[in-house]
Amino acid sequence: MTGVPLIGYLALSILMFCIGAVGVVIRRNPIVIFMCIELMLNAANLAFLSFARYQPWKPAVGQIPTVNAYDVRGQVMVVFVMAVAAAEVAVGLGILMAIFRLRDRVDVDDLNTLSG
Amino acid sequence: MNLLVFAVLASAAVLAALGVILSKSAIRSALSLVLNFMLLAILYFTLHSETLGVLQVVVYTGAIMVLFLFVIMLLSTQGNINLTESRDVKKIVGGLAGISLAALIGVQIYLPLASVPAPQFHAPQPIGPSYGAPEPLGLALFTRYGYPFETVSLLLMIGIVGSIMLAKRRVR
Repeated sequence: MTGVPLIGYLALSILMFCIGAVGVVIRRNPIVIFMCIELMLNAANLAFLSFARYQPWKPAVGQIPTVNAYDVRGQVMVVFVMAVAAAEVAVGLGILMAIFRLRDRVDVDDLNTLSG
Repeated sequence: MNLLVFAVLASAAVLAALGVILSKSAIRSALSLVLNFMLLAILYFTLHSETLGVLQVVVYTGAIMVLFLFVIMLLSTQGNINLTESRDVKKIVGGLAGISLAALIGVQIYLPLASVPAPQFHAPQPIGPSYGAPEPLGLALFTRYGYPFETVSLLLMIGIVGSIMLAKRRVR
């Protein structure tokens, strides 16, 4: 989009991140807490992509204008974040299933065995 | 006009994000998150990151959210997955902390950004013709970012093995 300033995308990213953080704090259902973590990761992805789009692009003089590895580093970071999020969800939901097998109720406020 | 389209998309995304944390049932939260991810994919397309927009739909709404819905379905056959959220002081304190966190990050980002007289922050500059294409992204992943890419693949493999070990029934 041509007329949107960078601060618009960043404001959306900040709002989504803070909504996710609030959700992690106030919800008791661990599945919803995982969803809120996904929301925060996606807010970071949006910030990465908007910074990557709004950086100045200067092709080398006298050469064919191409996109090099330096220009797509924001997109590369987003690929890494997606991979880490996929691994996190797989392990987290596996832990959740293991907890649910031990007790019939999954509530993060009840899981205080380690607090002594 | 573009600003109006962006405002509609962004406010819909924020409303979907609020739906994730405010709806009572876990399945409604998951569907709100699917809506949020689809709107984010459209926003990635407006940022000319077409490859990542497609990846967002395929990986997040296609794979990760199906995993979430699958686990919700699996757990709700054995018990009540929708917990009764207690109306305690935690919600008010959490909401206030979230608003203050948003104000803090917003001020920390807006003030340095406003002090930079760069024109590219107000309207995006022209980019290369193949900016959002898969080719430069794959080229960068396999040349300049080769070691991080291999580290991420190792992490994914460890995650797969770990989740299988966690989800497997113990044989006694």
